[in-house]
This record gives sequence, structure tokens and C-alpha cells, in this order.
Amino acid sequence: MAERSFKKEVEALRLGAGDTFHGEGILAVTKALLEAGVSYVGGYQGAPVSHMMDVLEDAQPILDELGVHYEGNASEAAAAAMLGASINYPMRGAVTWKSTVGTNVASDALSNLASAGVKGGALIILGEDYGDGASIIQERTHAFAMKSQMWLLDPRPNLPTIVRMVEKGFELSEASSTPVMLELRIRACHVHGSFSTRDNVSPAISRNNVLENADFDFERICLPPSTYVQERLKIDVRMPAAIAYVRDQKLNEVFDGDLEDLGIIMQGGMYNSVMRSLSQLGLADAFGKSRIPLYVLNVTYPLVPDEISGFCAGKRAVLIVEEGQPDYLEQAIHAVLRRADVNTKLHGKDVLPMAGEYTGEVMLRGIAKFAGLVGHATAAFAATGKTIDDLDKIKSRAREILGHAVPARPPGFCVGCPERPVFSAMKLAKKELGEFHVSSDIGCHTFSTLAPFNIGNTVLGYGLSLASSTAIGPNFGKRVVSVMGDGGLWHNGLTSGVAESVFNKNDGVLIVMDNGYTSATGAQHIPSSRSAERDDSHTRVSIEDTMRGFGVKWVRTVRTYSIEKMMDTLKEAMTTKETGLKVIVAAGEGMLAVQRRLKPLNRAKIARGGRVVQPRFGVDAEVCTGDHSCIRLSGCPSLTIKPNPDPLRDDPVAHVDNSCVGCGVCGEVSHAAVLCPSFYKAEIVHNPTILDRVLFGVRRTIISALRRLGGAPVAPAPAE
Amino acid sequence: MSNQDTRPICLLIGALGGEGGGVLADWITEAATAEGYPVQRTSVPGVAQRTGATTYYIEILPTKWSALGDRQPVFALFPNPGTLDLVVATEILEAGRAMERGFVTPDRTTLIASTHRIFAIAEKSVPADGRYDSEKIVAAAQELARQPILFDIDGLTRTKRVSLNAVLLGMIAGSGVLPFSESVYQDAVRRAGKAVDENLSGFAVGLAAVRSPPQTVPATEKRHTTQASPLMAQAQTALPPALHATAAEALPRLTQFQNKAYAERWIARAASLATAEQQAGLGPGAVTTEAARHLAVWMSFEDIIRVADVKSRGTRRDLVMHDVGATPGQVVRVTEFLKPGIPEWADMLPPGLGRRLRDWAARRGSTMNIGLRIRSDTVLGFLTLTMLARLRWWRPRTLRFAEENADIDAWLAALKSAMAKDAALTREIGELPRLRKGYGETRSRGVGKYTQVMAEIVAPWLAGTPPSDAATRLKKLRLQALSDADDGKFAALLRDTIGNTTSDTVKTAAE
Repeated sequence: MAERSFKKEVEALRLGAGDTFHGEGILAVTKALLEAGVSYVGGYQGAPVSHMMDVLEDAQPILDELGVHYEGNASEAAAAAMLGASINYPMRGAVTWKSTVGTNVASDALSNLASAGVKGGALIILGEDYGDGASIIQERTHAFAMKSQMWLLDPRPNLPTIVRMVEKGFELSEASSTPVMLELRIRACHVHGSFSTRDNVSPAISRNNVLENADFDFERICLPPSTYVQERLKIDVRMPAAIAYVRDQKLNEVFDGDLEDLGIIMQGGMYNSVMRSLSQLGLADAFGKSRIPLYVLNVTYPLVPDEISGFCAGKRAVLIVEEGQPDYLEQAIHAVLRRADVNTKLHGKDVLPMAGEYTGEVMLRGIAKFAGLVGHATAAFAATGKTIDDLDKIKSRAREILGHAVPARPPGFCVGCPERPVFSAMKLAKKELGEFHVSSDIGCHTFSTLAPFNIGNTVLGYGLSLASSTAIGPNFGKRVVSVMGDGGLWHNGLTSGVAESVFNKNDGVLIVMDNGYTSATGAQHIPSSRSAERDDSHTRVSIEDTMRGFGVKWVRTVRTYSIEKMMDTLKEAMTTKETGLKVIVAAGEGMLAVQRRLKPLNRAKIARGGRVVQPRFGVDAEVCTGDHSCIRLSGCPSLTIKPNPDPLRDDPVAHVDNSCVGCGVCGEVSHAAVLCPSFYKAEIVHNPTILDRVLFGVRRTIISALRRLGGAPVAPAPAE
Repeated sequence: MSNQDTRPICLLIGALGGEGGGVLADWITEAATAEGYPVQRTSVPGVAQRTGATTYYIEILPTKWSALGDRQPVFALFPNPGTLDLVVATEILEAGRAMERGFVTPDRTTLIASTHRIFAIAEKSVPADGRYDSEKIVAAAQELARQPILFDIDGLTRTKRVSLNAVLLGMIAGSGVLPFSESVYQDAVRRAGKAVDENLSGFAVGLAAVRSPPQTVPATEKRHTTQASPLMAQAQTALPPALHATAAEALPRLTQFQNKAYAERWIARAASLATAEQQAGLGPGAVTTEAARHLAVWMSFEDIIRVADVKSRGTRRDLVMHDVGATPGQVVRVTEFLKPGIPEWADMLPPGLGRRLRDWAARRGSTMNIGLRIRSDTVLGFLTLTMLARLRWWRPRTLRFAEENADIDAWLAALKSAMAKDAALTREIGELPRLRKGYGETRSRGVGKYTQVMAEIVAPWLAGTPPSDAATRLKKLRLQALSDADDGKFAALLRDTIGNTTSDTVKTAAE
């Protein structure tokens, strides 16, 4: 089970014809897949579609009833390759991942899939993470659609449209023998809404109704002459078929408006933002009635040329709302109009930014700018200027009062995170070893590059830290340290990194974060998962054994919370005469996860009268001098500051707040770093045994007696 | 209602991961759905799920489905500035962020925000005080929000033992922005089915807070000591009134640290500063008030004896119990993390011996720190600490005592010499002891910076004529040292400050 359970929500997947589904976008997509009669589903987790994987896993009983096969794929490449089932057999299949990073990984299989073509509908649900909060490099999925010739759906972000496009996506895929991608932006994945459901469909070919004969068709194989035949098919057959289907089924939508000499063409995903901005500018109501005619592209590739020229013909100016760069749509629409000899003026990236997420404000300003360019004389545009002026005034007034920017709140390691102490150890080791190159990877551990650690020189992709160090190592005076998560290791790091390094006799150091599950995407299980609640059907592969199996001679498993041991092991790895890859497995489950599991158990135990020791850390405010070096070596959210209670001092003192899970890193750090004596660990003993009580009582009595006897200094009672 | 007038109620919740913002958004969505209002919500969870800023965005059409016929509202997934009816911030910084983005407007936005602080990493990792002034956010909220509702919700949740999101739900109900009665919210909480009783009492707390705001007395975090004593009387005679408040704190502190004579030494030192101040023609306390405060802190420096004393005092146990939230009478075990090394032990030896030991360790390149985990709740642990604490009689004979007091005297001399030249510069020299903080390596770096500034900047300036902007430059140097743990930047600024000084004496000093 992942971090979040969907056991309750998946019941919505059983809804039948005429029921109403209420829930999250990604769950609605899952329901739509079942309604479309998929034979198999799979994917690789990554925000914002991680929940889809969680939902599928939690929906096993329902999938079993329908005979739908679910595969938790090892990577996006594996997920894309699984779609190969639809090449020879008329089975519908769907996979999901985070784009564009996942699409990059999947590209090899996708190219082959798109070239071979499919008999059964193949749908790829893409979670897009584009914008200033994105955790991945910023690129467009659109390029993949164009280069491999796969169709790209970008539905209006409301549940009925998304669900319809899932259904139509399969039909489009089958009508044109081409895999189809459906992209959902992060807010659409998380949007809660409703739609009217249909019955689930048991697939004709399924685990409950298996195939008997293998289909052989050389034209589906990537060898000449088939490869070129496939290329011809794309141009001569599949593309025209797709355009015809999009046109005939009216997958793109036109909404009329009374300002007929203007128009807006947009990606479907932009529709709601466009409508809200139009309504704020007095150009639309709350029910989708716009004064400017709209052409909404629920299919952004391929375009339907005659629809575009038909919409634009006779218009003075048309705005293209297209998020991201390059401006593929704008360029293509220009070409379409030129070919059709339509002279409408096109606006797009001249009034909207070339790059970056089209947030509410960006959209508002862009459309107002368009209005300014085309509509000076019209009464309809009276409100646009004032709206923008008011916004500018409010924002500049806020800046004026606030003085300077409110501090950012970057992501960081959770309270009690097992990765934090590894970087504390690394920061301390650097004091002795000097600066060395750290090759980072994708995962929570990438946060090491942020404050307070600022560790990590390069990030080249998921599971690729070790591979990305191979040319630095031989050209660097010290060994290079690569950091990899267990997720990245199983994704591809084992081959691209470990096997390659052993094969090439590279002399690097690899730290594998072995906390038992993927972390950043929401605690999904991987081959080395071993948490207590796991069912026994999973494999619990040992990472240390795997390393030895791959030929690594120097492997150490260190408990991640033991900072001094970690520091010493790292120093040894960096300085030992032994050549070859040296692997440190930093093992330990996150204390927050452990506490979450234990908390209800402990609570119940305490209620039953059982003895429970609850550890927590604290700081003596009078000993702390407020230099915060502990914070710079930890960054734990529970290690914070509070006003100095000492009236003679100025700087705030360190303070451990109630969110502390007692992972022990505070004590470890202050010891390993020789920081300061301010930290203490307090263990509250709930339901102490008689022995506890007696010992406690005796100790207190003796200590009090000693205090009186020795006339030990008694502090002036602080006025609390 | 015509199409033209109908617009959704827009609600933005800014939270930190793990605060229960998602559950709050669920309750509201559920309430709207149950009442038959069209509603949509979406979210952008923080990247790390727990620490990053996380936002939830909800739109509710205030016309029920039953009155809409076949009309379908189009809801936005992004908040547009200028359209928000309600902004909720679980922490005051998030309210500031919402205002920066133009989401709070005087014509329509009700702003519900908790005034407590959860410090951002950039604020708390500063070696001194990097806290953002949240009063500015409160001021902005008062001006920019149509209805500002600001409370220390964290305080409320702690005193009433309820959860933050339930209190916020009560406040949202109390604000009257949404078209639901109290019972609608309560039913939503019941239907969600988790910790229902606790959340309903949280809801009641929030509702009551908005309807009848509690008369809050601003909690003073500082503790103050006011005890009449012969020492205090002595101080009142010797010192100008501006210093009496500081004396009230300093005297018991230094008596506790060492003895009455040591406290008298503070009075004498402070008095000599006050006299010099008067002779220099400065107003009483203009320089001395702050300097005397820093002097008291400095004189009670953090050696092993003091640390052991703090950790073995009779009142310590109560402080620990309070800090970790233990109830009186509970069995609590306490482990202290100490790791003294050769420098700390050398500090405790007579100066000659201590210096030799320290130099030997420096040559050896190791400080040989030994990690100790002392169980201060056990008899042995207590005895260890209390024995160390009772070494006070020995302290005046130690290297540390000698060095600290020599530096103090040099600093006092510099202050007196500066008074005659430049009052602003004097005040800045008075602030310099703040650089000496921390333990172990942190402390030696801090003392190193202090020593450099005194020797390479202050001394040459005082030997000749300080530049006209001396105070500004010294302040810049101090702020650099205290704002950033990066020693490189400090060293560069130090070189820069030396290099920019035209006086020949300074150049000589720099070489």
C-alpha cells in the first residue's frame, strides 16, 4: 500500500450506467478506462499521475473481476513496451507516466510502437508538470507527438470532457492504427468534479478470456522493407484517417460569440482559464457563453486544416492560446492559413509569454493585451484596461507594505527523513576531505541541492547519477560521489550505473538510499521494499546482495541515522586504496513513516495500559547561543527557532517543535559535528512498570537530597 | 438570477504540506455538494508533500443545480487575482505570499490567516536573526483585505487541543462568505467520519473565535527578573537609570554564574563606561545601555561549568517537561549530548598549562573530542553534571576566564577610546561581541572574526582618525558575519574594508 490509500475511492469504479461519479480527475480517467473495456493497464509513478498507479493497485479486486491485467512497470520504457500487446492483437491497453521525463525514457518503445501501428486502441495518460513549481525540466510533449506521429489529446479540464476523450481516444487509436497520448496538467489531474457513468466493459480478450494463437505479421517488424512501409502508412493512411475521425466525431469544439470578427483558438486544457479571464474582463458569463468565438482543440495533434481555416475565415484577428515553447501550434496555424489563403491576423506569443505556465494572471494579462490590440473602439472592451490597472495597483501596494519579498518555502526533507543524515554526514566529511564532486539523481534526495546542504553538482536524469559521473571521475583529483535512490536504482541505475561502472573498472563511490519504497512520488513499492505491512508475494530483494551479484567488491550497509558511522564509511570509501566501484547502502525507513505506522498501535497500547517509550528531542534555550549551526546541518522542519527567552540576548534560539518524531538526528549531528551541548533527548515513558516508577522515584529522591545536601545552586525562579 | 450576475465564489487555501489543508478542502467541497451547489476543487500539492507551500483552490456557484436548468458553470483551475472571495492561510507568511500575488483585494476578499510563524529555512539558518517581520504582513492584511480575520490559530489549537484545519473550517463558517449554515459544515465533518468529535470541537473553537474574538494579551516570551537586593541598590547608585533594567537581569545572572564579586565587577565596568560616556558628552546610556547588556552576556560565557550548571539546576526538569509536552508526574528520561574535546578541557586549566595543551592538540591536528551521553535523570549523571557545575570556585584560575576577561577589558578600552571620536562607531563596536557565539568550531570561527575585526579594523581606526563612514562599514561587516555562514564572503568584505581605508596606519595593520 502506498502512502495514500484509495481503498474507499476505488469503490466509485464500480458505478454503472446513469450513476454520478464524484471525485478526482485521475480517478475519473481510471473509471473511463474500465468503461472503454481495456484489457491491460500499467505505468510508472510520478506526480501528478502517481495517484493513478495507487488507484490501480488499490483497485485490484475490481480489475480481477473484469479480467484486466495490471502491471506496476519497472520504468516508463517498460510501460510503453507493454503497449506492444496492442500491435498484433485487438486489445485495448493504457499506461501512464509523468511527462516529459517519462516520455523521454519511453521514447525507444514509443517510436517502435508508433511505427508498427496498433490494432487495439493504445492510450498513454500523461501527467504534465509544467510551470514554476515543476520538479522537472520544462519541455513539451507535443514534440514527441510530431516526431513519432502519435496523436495528442488535450481535453478541456472538466470531468465529462476528459472521460469522453478517453473513450474517443481509443476509437481514434483504432481508426488510425496509431497510439494516442492524452495529456492532463497537474491541476486537471487533481480536479474534483463529477460525471455521469456507464457500465464497465469486460474486455473481449483478457485474463478471463485468453488468446490461443500468436499473430505473425512481418510488416509490424522494424526491419527493411517493413520500416519504410510503416513510414508510408503513417503518411498515406493513418494521418488522413485520424484527421477524418477528429473532424467527423467533432472532437474539437467551436463556441459561437457575437464579436464575429474575432476569435480565440486554444489548447483544450487552456479553456477554463480563458473563460475565467474573459468573464473577468466582461467578455463572458460563468456558463461558457463568450462574446468572442472560440475554437477549442481537444486534439492538438494532428490539426484539422479545414476546421482552422473555416474558423478563421472572415475574422479580423485570432488569438492562439498555446502554453509552452516552441510555438508549434501557432506556426502550424500560420501555415494552414497561408495555404488556404486566409488573411486573418494571428496573435499568440506576442501577447502571451513564450514560456511558462499560463496561470490565471498570465492569461488575464494576455487576453487584455489582445483586447487592447484589436478592440480599442469597441464598448465590449471597456473593462479590460481598468481590470489590469487595478491589479497593478494592488500588487504594487502589497509590495510597498511588505517591503521585501516574502521568504520562499522551498521543498525539503520531511521530519525524520532518512536521507537528511546522509547529507549531514557528507557536509561534515567535506570539511575534512575538501570539496568533491557530487553527482545527484532524481528523487527526494535532489533536495540536497537546496538549503541548508547545497550538495550536488549535476543532475542528469532518473537513475543516471552514477552514469553521469563516469567522465568526471577520471578527470578529477578526488573520487566522485554519486547519490542514487532505490527507485532510480531499480528504474535503470543498476545497469546504466552499476553494471557499467563495474565493467569499466570505474573508481567511484555510490550511495544508494535504501528506505524501502519510492519517496517523492508517494511511497510506492519497488523490488527492495520490505516494510512490515507488505504482503509476502513481493520479493524483498536485498540491495547489498544485488550489488555483490553485479560484481561490486566493496559494499557497506550503514544505518542511515548513524551520522558518525556514515561519515567514517564515506571517508573510507573516498580514501581506501581499493579500486573499483564502492557502494554504500544507506539503509533506514523514514522515521515519519515508521511513526505513522506505530502511532495508532502505540496509542492503542497506551490505552490498554502497555508500556511505550516515546522519544523526543529538545534544546536548552539557556545553553543555545543562537548561532543555528545545527539548523545548517539538518534543515529538519521540526528543528526551528523561537524568540530568545533571555532578556539580555537578541538572536532567536533553536527549538524542537511538536512535530519531532525522535529520529535522533539532532543528537547525532551535535555529536558528529561537535556542535554544542544544547540538545537533549527526552523519553517519556507511558504506563511505566513498577520498576520504572521505583527507579524514577528513588532517583528523584536521591537527586533532591543531593541538591539540598550540597547546597547546589538553585536558579532564581524564572517567571514563566 | 441572470447569467450576467452569477459568478462563482472563489476560495484559495494556502497551507504547508502535512497541515491537513486537503481535508479542509474536502469538507468544504462536501458541504457544497450536499447542499446542491455546483463546486469544483483542485490542488497543487507541495513538491515534498510536507514542507513546501501547498495550495488548494475551490469554486462554488452560489446558485443551486436545481435552479440552473441545463446551464453548466465553467470553473477555473487557477485563482485569478481580483476574483477571490476568501483566502485562507494556515501561517502568516502564506498570507503575505497571497497578497504579493494580488489575490487579496479590498473590494471582495476575506482573509483568514493564522498569525503564528513556521519559519522558512532561509530565516532559520541565518547565524543570527533572519526572521521576516510578520508585522508587515499583518499591516498589509489590515489594508488590503475587505475583512481581515487574523488569529494565532496555532496557539488556539494547542490550548484547546484541536486540529488546525477544523478551527479554520469554523472560522470560514463564521466569516459568512459561503452560503452554508453551521450545521452544513458540521454534517460534512460527520460524513467524512474521521476524528469527528475532535474536529467538531475544533470547528466550534474557530466559530467562536470569529463571532466573539478572545481578548488576547500579547504573550511576552521574555522572562524578566525583578528582585530587590543590596546588589541592585549598589547598581542603582553607580549607574544611570537607563541601565537599571539591564542591571536587574545582569546581577542575578552573574551571581549565579560566579559570585557577588563578579556581579560587582560588572557594575564597575558598566559604571566606567557610563562615566566615559558622560565625559565624551554623550547622553546618558546612549552607548552604554546596549554595551552593558552585551557585557553581561559576555561575562557569563558558556564554559563547561556553566553548561553543566544549566543542565543540573533544580528548575531544569520542569523546563524539559514543558518543552516536550510531558504531564507532571510522568516518567521522563533525559539524555544530554556533550562532546568536549581538548580545547574545552584546556579552557579549564590554568592559562600556562592550558595554552600548552591547546598548542599540542593543534600540532597534532586533532581535538580528541569524546562523545558523552549523560543521563541527567540518573544519580550518576546528575552527580557528574553537578560536580562540574560546582567547579565555579576554580573558574577564575582558568585559561578561558583569563582570555575572556582580557578581551573584555580590551573591548571596554576600545569603547572608551571611540566615545571621544565617533558615537555611532562606538555603538557599532559595542555590538561586536555578538560575533562571539556558539561552541567548538563555530565559536572559534566567531572569536576569530571578532579578533580580526578588532585588530585589523577597529584598532587602526582608533589609533588615527576613523573614516567618516566607519560605523556604516563596521555594521556591514558585522551583518555579513551574522547573516551568512559563508566565511569566504566575510573575509572578502574584511579585505575590502581594510583596503578602502586611506589611513596609513590601517595599511600597515593590514600587512
